[in-house]
Amino acid sequence: MEEKLILEDGIEVEQVYRRPETLTDVPYHYCPGCSHSVVHNVLMEVVADLGIQEQTIGVAPVGCSVFAYHYMNVDMQEAAHGRASAVATGIKRVMPDKLVFSYQGDGDLAAIGTAETIHTANRGENILVVFINNGIYGMTGGQMAPTSLPGMVTSTSPYGRDVSMVGYPLKITELVAQLPATYYVTRQSAHNPNAVRKLKKAITKSFEYQQQKKGTCFIEVVSNCPSGWKMTPVETIKYLEEVMFPYYPLGDLKVPKN
Amino acid sequence: MEKEIRTEEPRLMKGNEALAEAAIRANIDAYFGYPITPQSEVIEYLMFEVPNRKDKKTVVLQAESEVASINMVYGAAGAGARVMTSSSSPGISLMQEGISYIASAQLPCLVVNVVRGGPGLGTIQPSQSDYFQATKGGGHGDYHLIVLAPSSVQELADFVFDAFKLAEKYRNPAMILADGALGQMMEKVVLPKDNSLPKVSKPWATTGKTKDRERNIITSLFIQPEVMEKVNLELQEKYAAMQSEVRWEELNTDDAEVLLVAFGLSARICQKVMDLGRAKGIKIGLLRPITLYPFPYKRIAELAEKVDFILDVEMNAGQMVEDVRLAVEGRAPVYFKGRMGGMISTPDDILNEVEAISEKLNVLHQ
Repeated sequence: MEEKLILEDGIEVEQVYRRPETLTDVPYHYCPGCSHSVVHNVLMEVVADLGIQEQTIGVAPVGCSVFAYHYMNVDMQEAAHGRASAVATGIKRVMPDKLVFSYQGDGDLAAIGTAETIHTANRGENILVVFINNGIYGMTGGQMAPTSLPGMVTSTSPYGRDVSMVGYPLKITELVAQLPATYYVTRQSAHNPNAVRKLKKAITKSFEYQQQKKGTCFIEVVSNCPSGWKMTPVETIKYLEEVMFPYYPLGDLKVPKN
Repeated sequence: MEKEIRTEEPRLMKGNEALAEAAIRANIDAYFGYPITPQSEVIEYLMFEVPNRKDKKTVVLQAESEVASINMVYGAAGAGARVMTSSSSPGISLMQEGISYIASAQLPCLVVNVVRGGPGLGTIQPSQSDYFQATKGGGHGDYHLIVLAPSSVQELADFVFDAFKLAEKYRNPAMILADGALGQMMEKVVLPKDNSLPKVSKPWATTGKTKDRERNIITSLFIQPEVMEKVNLELQEKYAAMQSEVRWEELNTDDAEVLLVAFGLSARICQKVMDLGRAKGIKIGLLRPITLYPFPYKRIAELAEKVDFILDVEMNAGQMVEDVRLAVEGRAPVYFKGRMGGMISTPDDILNEVEAISEKLNVLHQ
């Protein structure tokens, strides 16, 4: 990676980072401060680092990351809302030696796609599920998600989420961790450099486990939504730390027994 | 379509099982499905039989729902696999969103509907009441499936091969529209020859981006209206090209004064009506559409010039009859005879209808 470059004004610099070949040269459409672009970067860096671009097939969801395939330079399929893990199952079953991941938001994975999520994990499909949980429907304009916190104000819970009427935020990652066929289940974030390093490690391990045919790996990334939360990016980081993480505590929920 | 060279003795098989055996012989890569009467024997047969066929690598997976099944079909078809699912009416309704995505993403696959009476949970008895759903789209958006309508256990087996040939030729989902009686009844069948359906190249499939090509993307999302319109125009061009695949069968149409039009099981019943009528001196002919999409409009229009009237016979409230009327364009009177909800007209019922219409129109057929 480290190469010497001469800038126009004659200054010699060392290149220490460049866009990996697994990312296309297309600017992200995501809102400023949104975690999606960071998670896309990390995910594709891992694919580049492991040298698995030719083996990797991704599945994009319906939600803000519906255009994930604009940025990820791997073969990809765009799934119907909630069905990404079923589509990933179809791909993996006919190509068991390839590496398959789905990338899904909370509405996709934990509301409309709950059945597919649970049953894919229950079969132990040998895939990686990346679950972006920001507690809100970003793409459709900030409606309540299955993971919106109690009292959270959204456009469909304008007076705050009333748990007596609409129930509690669904901790689907805890459900997935209970299933015997899942291999590695973890909850991460991408809100500071240390968190990003941990996330990268989790993604790397998940692809390695998949190469070893260990079963379903599931990574929840507790994320922010500046536009949907109506906060500045800096405010969202504070909200994550003070409100989201206490409800969705970070860390591994299930690790391989050695 | 040319028939496969047959080397085997006939077997006595249930329709659903003949279909499943044909799928194994067509070397499907995967089957995803969910049990529903009256077609559960398809997945049962595959689950029992595939592990005993050491030369086959067929994936057979019981999904958690029809919704999951059709999306597994999407994923596998997008990865270039030869893939199918089967279900019956309520399950096919659940699949419609996925079928629309498959049509838009232009993925070849086979969906089999062993139709039962509806609407709603309905009945498990045979029906043809999903004709509109099968031929006019079914899900959202402007699209068509290639629809084949078998009228025997033999065709239920043969059409698996025909459906995949057409689906792969046009990169389009194909449907076999059968019914509960065809699925459940046992008939003599000579199965298609094993390994006789060659695999086709699918350079668009998501098999992993190699250095020598750009990434492959399977999607039905074209958010700019200019692009979405272009995709639609391409689809419509494809549907226009598919019209050349139209297939039908004619019996005794040369001298027919009365033309029966019926598909699937209804056409089998109409063969008996024709025989009974001819024994009484009524010159009845039969046209049986084999492809319901594309539909034999042109041939029906030609025959309409020669007959006194047309009687369309279906096991529904009158669905294909709308296409028959579109074909006839007033050249001859078109009547409809049907029963609903899993009930089937007897040959006598239909012949009585022919005679009543003849009397009404004051046309003598003796």
